[in-house]
Amino acid sequence: MATEKYYVPESSPWPLAASVGLFMTAVGGAHFIQQSTAPDKFQGSWGMPLFFFGLATLWLVIAIWWRDTIKESVGGLHSKQLGISYRQGMLWFIFSEVMFFGAFFGALFYTRWLIVPWLGGAGNNAMTHELLWPSFQAMWPLVKTPDGTVTQAMGAWGLPAINTAILLTSSVTLTIAHHALLQGKRGKLIGFQAVTVVLGAIFLCLQAWEYHHAYEEMGLTLHAGIYGSLFFMLTGFHGVHVTIGTIFLFVTLLRVIKGHFDAENNFAWEAGAWYWHFVDVVWLFLFVVVYWL
Amino acid sequence: MSTAATAHDDHHHHAPTGLKRWLFSTNHKDIGTLYLWFSFAMFMVGGLLAMVIRTELLEPGMQFVDPEFFNQLTTLHGLAMVFGAVMPGFVGLANWMIPLMIGAPDMALPRMNNWSFWILPFAFLILLSSMFMSAFGAGHPSAPNFGWTFYAPLSTEYGPASTDLFILSVHMMGISSIMGAINVIVTVFNLRAPGMTLMKMPLFVWTWLITAFLLIAVMPVLAGAVTMMLTDRHFGTSFFSAAGGGDPVLFQHVFWFFGHPEVYIMILPAFGIVSAIIPTFARKQLFGYASMVYATASIALLSFVVWAHHMFTVGMPLAGTLFFMYMTMLISVPTGVKVFNWVATMWRGSLTFELPMKWAIAFVILFTCGGLSGLMLAITPVDFQYHDTYFVVAHFHYVLVSGAVFTMFAAAYYWLPKWSGVMPNKLLGELHFWSSLISVNLLFFPMHFVGLAGMPRRYADYALQFADYNFWISIGGFWFGLSQLLFLAVCVLCALKKGEKAPAKPWEGAEGLEWEVPSPAPFHTFETPPVVK
Repeated sequence: MATEKYYVPESSPWPLAASVGLFMTAVGGAHFIQQSTAPDKFQGSWGMPLFFFGLATLWLVIAIWWRDTIKESVGGLHSKQLGISYRQGMLWFIFSEVMFFGAFFGALFYTRWLIVPWLGGAGNNAMTHELLWPSFQAMWPLVKTPDGTVTQAMGAWGLPAINTAILLTSSVTLTIAHHALLQGKRGKLIGFQAVTVVLGAIFLCLQAWEYHHAYEEMGLTLHAGIYGSLFFMLTGFHGVHVTIGTIFLFVTLLRVIKGHFDAENNFAWEAGAWYWHFVDVVWLFLFVVVYWL
Repeated sequence: MSTAATAHDDHHHHAPTGLKRWLFSTNHKDIGTLYLWFSFAMFMVGGLLAMVIRTELLEPGMQFVDPEFFNQLTTLHGLAMVFGAVMPGFVGLANWMIPLMIGAPDMALPRMNNWSFWILPFAFLILLSSMFMSAFGAGHPSAPNFGWTFYAPLSTEYGPASTDLFILSVHMMGISSIMGAINVIVTVFNLRAPGMTLMKMPLFVWTWLITAFLLIAVMPVLAGAVTMMLTDRHFGTSFFSAAGGGDPVLFQHVFWFFGHPEVYIMILPAFGIVSAIIPTFARKQLFGYASMVYATASIALLSFVVWAHHMFTVGMPLAGTLFFMYMTMLISVPTGVKVFNWVATMWRGSLTFELPMKWAIAFVILFTCGGLSGLMLAITPVDFQYHDTYFVVAHFHYVLVSGAVFTMFAAAYYWLPKWSGVMPNKLLGELHFWSSLISVNLLFFPMHFVGLAGMPRRYADYALQFADYNFWISIGGFWFGLSQLLFLAVCVLCALKKGEKAPAKPWEGAEGLEWEVPSPAPFHTFETPPVVK
C-alpha cells in the first residue's frame, strides 16, 4: 500500500467536454425518439442531428481523453498503485453491469413465475383472471398475450446454440492470448486475439440474422407482448455489450501491435479480457433462461 | 497520529487559477466544493418548489396553482432533493474528507471524479428546464407530474412528453453516481496511508465505503427501470402493461429494489458524520466502534430484502408481505445499536455544545423519531391505513430533513474551518440552528396527525378538518425555508474568509488525520503519505 510518489493528473478539459457531449446526446436522443416513434413522425426535427452530433462528440472526447491516458502510461508516468486503482475500478464497473442485467433478469423471473400465472388465475387471482381476460391461458414462453397478440418462441438449438459455441470458443482463444501475453509470445498473442475479435463479429452477424428472422418470419417483435419485450431487451443489451467488447478487444489488439503491453503493464488489455468474459457469462445465463428453459 | 503532515507543496504542479481551476479540476477539494455548492443550489431549488406547495396548502381550496402544476411541484421537489441535494451533498463531503481522513493525496481517479460532477448540472438542466418549455411541442407544457417514484402507468402511458427528458436525465445521474461510487471504493481500498488499517478508518469513511457499494449495486437497477419505461413508451414493449402479459406492479418492484437501498445511501454517510462529531464534543472515544461498522454493513445488506414494504397495498401474496414486514423490523436492530452507541458515547462525557454538536444531538433525537414512525409503517396491517398519507410524508421528512440534511449542516459547521480557514459565524450559526430546529418540528410533526387522520399525500387540496394543522405546517415550512438563508450567509462569509481565523485543529477533542493539515487545507495534502500508528 505504501507509495513513494502518487500521480495526480494535470487538470483536464475532457470531463467537462464529455459532459457536454452526453448532454447533447440526451436532449437530442429524447427528441429523436419522440419524433421517430410519433404516429405522425412530426417534421423539422433537430433531435436526430443533435443526437448523433452529441454521440460523436462523446466518442471523440473519450478517445482523446484515453489517448492522453495512454500517452501517460507509455511515458511511464503511471505508478503501480494507479494500475491497481484502474483494475479495481474496472471490476466494480463490471459489477455495476451485472446489476444492470440483473434488473432485466429479475423482470424475466417475476414475469414468468408470478405475473403470467397470476393473470391465468393462479393463487388467489381467480377473480383477476375472470374479470380481466377470462380466455387467457398462462404459459411460458408467452406466445399468446392477454390482449390476443400471437407470436412464436425462439428455439434454443438452432442459431442460439451455434452462437453459444462461438462465444465459448472466443473465451478460450482469448485465454490462450492472455497466456501468450504473460509469456511474451507476441505472434501467438496477436493471432489468437485477432481470432477472438473475428468470433465476436461473427456472433453479432448471426444475432442480427436471428433478429431479422424473428421480425420477418416469426412475428416475434418488441410489440409481441412480454416475451418479445424480455427477449429483445435481454439479448439486445447483451448484443450491445458484445459490440463494445469487440471494439474494446480490437483497440487493445492495435495497441498490442504497437507494443504497448507486456507481462507487467497490461491494464487495458486485461480490462478488455475481463469485460469479454463477463459478456460471455451473461450469454450463458441468457441461453439457459431465455432460449432454453 | 501522523508523522508527516505535509504542508504546501509546489514543486509538483501549481494550483490552476480562474475559471479553469473549477471547470477542468482534478483536485478532490475543488471538486468537493463544487459538489457542495451544487447541492446547496439544488436544496434551494427544491426548497422553493416546496414553498409553492406549502403556499397552496396554507388554506383549503384552490388558490394559487392548478392541480396539474401541483403534481409537477411535488415530483420535481422530490427529485431535486433526493438526486440533487442530498446525494451530491454527501458526495461533496466524501470528496473533501475521505482523502484527508485516510491520508491520501487525492481521490484515486481524479479526472473521472470531475466527470462525475460535471454530468450533474447538465442532468438537472434537462430535468428542471422541462418545467419551462413545452417539451418539444408535443402536448401542452408539463414537467414530469407522476411523483418522484414515477410509477407506471402514470409515467408510461400517461406521462407527459417531458418524461423522456426525465428518463435520460436519470440515466445521466446514474452514470455520475456510479462513477463517483467507484472512485470512493477504489480510493478507500487502495489509497490508505500506511498503518491505516480498515478497522482504524474513521466511521465516515466506513459508512461511505458501504454507501458506495450500495450505489454501484442499485443505480444500474434504476437505469434498468427507466429503460423499460422508455421502451414501453416508445418501442411497444409490455413490461408494465398487463394486456401484453406484463404488470405495472413490476415497475414498483424494480423501482423499490433501487429505492430502498437508495434510502440508506442517503442516511449511512449521515451516521458517519455523527459518529465523527459526537466523540469530539463528548471528549470520549466512540462507544462500540466495531459494532458501528457491523451495524452499518447489516443495514446495507438488509436494505436489499425489504423493498416491498413500500408496496404492502398492491396485493402481494401473504407470505411475501410477512417476509418484508419482518425483514423491515429487523433493520431496527442495527439502527438501534447505532443510536445506543451514540448515546453511550455521550454518557459521562465532558460534553460541550458547539454548533456541530447541537446539530448532531438534534439528529440523534429527530432521526430516532423518524425511525420509530418507520417501524409503525413497517407493520403491514397498520400500513394499510397509513399508506400514501401524510404520515408517510412526516416519516421520511424526519429521516431525510432532520436526519440527512441536519447532519450535512453538522458536517459543514464541523469542517468549514478546515475548508475555509475561518470559523463559521457563531451568531448566525446559532440563529440558523435554533430557527431550523423549531421550524422543522412545526413543519413536520403535525403531518403525523393529519396523516393518521387520513389526509392523503400529493393532493392539491384537502378536507376542511385538516385546515388548522395545515396552516401551521405551512408557517413552519416558510420559516424553515427562510432559515436556510442564514446558512447561506454563514457559507458566504466563510468563502470570503470573513471571520475568526481557524487553527489547524479548532475542536479540542477532535481526532483524525484531517486535523493535522493546516486550515485551510492546502491545495495538495499528503503527497507523501503520513504513517498512522
